[in-house]
Amino acid sequence: MALLEIRDLHVGVEDREVIRGLDLNVNLGEVHAIMGPNGSGKSTLSHVIAGKPGYEITGGQILFRGENLLRTEPNERAAKGVFLAFQYPVEIPGVTTMNFLRAALNAQRKARDQQEFSTPEFLKRIREVAGSLNIPQDMLKRGVNVGFSGGEKKRNEILQMALFEPGLCILDEIDSGLDIDALRIVASGINTLRSPERAMIVITHYRRLLDHIMPDVVHVMSKGRIMKSAGKELALELEASGYAQFEDAA
Amino acid sequence: MVAVQETVERVKRIDVDQYRYGFETLIDSEKAPKGLSEAIVKFISQKKNEPAWMLQWRLEAYRRWLTMTEPTWARVDYPKIDFQDLYYYAAPKPKKSVSSLDEIDPEILKTYEKLGIPLREVAMLEGVEPKVGEEDPARRKIAVDAVFDSVSVATTFKAELKKAGVIFMPISEAIREHPELVQKYLGSVVPTSDNFHATLNSAVFSDGSFVYVPPGVRCPMELSTYFRINERNTGQFERTLIIADKGSYVSYLEGCTAPQRDENQLHAAVVELVALDDAEIKYSTVQNWYPGNSEGKGGIYNFVTKRGDCRGNNSKISWTQVETGSAITWKYPSCILRGDNSRGEFYSIAISNGFQQVDSGTKMIHLGKNTSSRIISKGIAAGKSQNTYRGLVTAHRKALGARNFTACDSLLIGDKCGAHTVPYIEAKNSSATFEHEATTSKISEDVLFYCIQRGLSEEEAVGLVVNGFVKQVLQKLPMEFAVEAQKLISTSLDGSVG
Repeated sequence: MALLEIRDLHVGVEDREVIRGLDLNVNLGEVHAIMGPNGSGKSTLSHVIAGKPGYEITGGQILFRGENLLRTEPNERAAKGVFLAFQYPVEIPGVTTMNFLRAALNAQRKARDQQEFSTPEFLKRIREVAGSLNIPQDMLKRGVNVGFSGGEKKRNEILQMALFEPGLCILDEIDSGLDIDALRIVASGINTLRSPERAMIVITHYRRLLDHIMPDVVHVMSKGRIMKSAGKELALELEASGYAQFEDAA
Repeated sequence: MVAVQETVERVKRIDVDQYRYGFETLIDSEKAPKGLSEAIVKFISQKKNEPAWMLQWRLEAYRRWLTMTEPTWARVDYPKIDFQDLYYYAAPKPKKSVSSLDEIDPEILKTYEKLGIPLREVAMLEGVEPKVGEEDPARRKIAVDAVFDSVSVATTFKAELKKAGVIFMPISEAIREHPELVQKYLGSVVPTSDNFHATLNSAVFSDGSFVYVPPGVRCPMELSTYFRINERNTGQFERTLIIADKGSYVSYLEGCTAPQRDENQLHAAVVELVALDDAEIKYSTVQNWYPGNSEGKGGIYNFVTKRGDCRGNNSKISWTQVETGSAITWKYPSCILRGDNSRGEFYSIAISNGFQQVDSGTKMIHLGKNTSSRIISKGIAAGKSQNTYRGLVTAHRKALGARNFTACDSLLIGDKCGAHTVPYIEAKNSSATFEHEATTSKISEDVLFYCIQRGLSEEEAVGLVVNGFVKQVLQKLPMEFAVEAQKLISTSLDGSVG
């Protein structure tokens, strides 16, 4: 059984169909890259898997560990192990990163009928995780993403991914707005989280991220469909020839 | 974070449109006949066994009131109040003077217990556990004065306060027992001619709290008054007077609730604070009058005049308020910075939901040299409510070196509410430094979804964002109140999303 199985998915936004019959299978341990031009529906796909409101699912299915994800509330999806690293992480003034992470982690644990972490247990855990990613403690004491640089915001997303230990990580243009150095740091964080117990979907425009994170499968998406799937060599091919050929085909 | 967790728990337990304090207590009460006249003013004065000077003071206020009109400049809208259709005096029976708690109607004691306000002399307010390593819990005592409808029913810890020289008693008693202090200070900050609502209060107030802290004394415990309106069609007009003599310090807390009723009830209180040289008064309010139901029916009209006078040099007055209740709030706790180097502070969280209308803010009037003031206002509007910050900062010609910093932040939840900021700033000398910052933001769908994607429910997400927004002000509240206020904030915003 695939970890994530998407069958003939159709999604509309304000009377416009943006995903038009999409199929995708992702197995545990795999890293999939989804590439494609602006407006091809990549971000929409990530939002729909995570359950963001505002989209109309007009057809198809999304199964996560064999279970119909579309009937599950977004916060329950998080507790079941669906994690979305946002392209534009939001700022929450007055709420320290530490407090936010604790509230979120305990909400997930509660939903899974696990014992919530006490303060000392949580502190121990967050220090371990932050340490393993070389994230300074100081960042945890600041308001969630408030005054963070682009690189810090994305590192905060990786930190959360490491803390929550999700089964499926969707990284929506994690490389946008990052310079080469920040990109390298973020990519190395992602690589340490690769595991046979986890799958990742990496959404990007550019090949450069895939130089750091070697995908097992690369998909090209255009006009709401996956046009081609192949090994990582497809990313190189795209770099040379661009997306135009797929747009024509669609 | 524990508190946030509690907030979250709490939101879960609450149904939409539920006001926790909405119960009514069935007790016998004695009322004056409906309506307002000189006879009623005399009746109230007589009931209180007041000296002649007090009656005279009231009558002058009453005559003055007859010539005044209700203010209309605030951004609130309500049907005309028929002042002759109200009761101006209601007292729980038996109406003999109460000397110990055992003589109080057990129903009233039960009411306060339900509200979580212990009148038995217990060491702490309910729900607060002493932290590990904290000093003897007895040192965190809070003395409570409970005002039920128009009458003060109990004041706790009187004896212990007396040892420190602190006078804390119902104002009706203070008028009889300490006439020299009352005559000297009553109306010296909010004169009887001040404004329509304050003048009405001066004529008909029936009780409230009186505090006097002698020179050099640091009041050994938090003082607290708990106001409860119970009777139907009854206005509550309490009067509070706090005097901090030279070099003294006092922290005072005020809480308010009322039963859930279909009709609107009037609450027109006056609070006067006087801080002499080097004295400091910290006044905190958690106002949770019944706000009306989800259709906007019922609720308290809260027209309150609160003013502090930093009369002495180096004195300080600090107002902290958490406003979540009332159908209409008209309230501007202010500071007159008369003494040189005196300091005024105003920290406010005003939350409106449903059909609530809030017009609240402060006045900082700089008269003395090198006076400073600070205003931090956090307004949160949800539902179909309107939330206005109205603030005045002035520097007199002689107020050389006056400084003010103002930050007004508004947070909107949903798209049917409104937040408004109306600052008035006047500097009559060129050495004054006034800073004003204002922001308006909205809890966006993106912020909510971000939190929800991390596993929080929608209510938890709103609670988290709002608590972050008001944190700066919550930190100014005494600890016991901060926890309560944090819970209240989430409860007030229940059902605000979607």
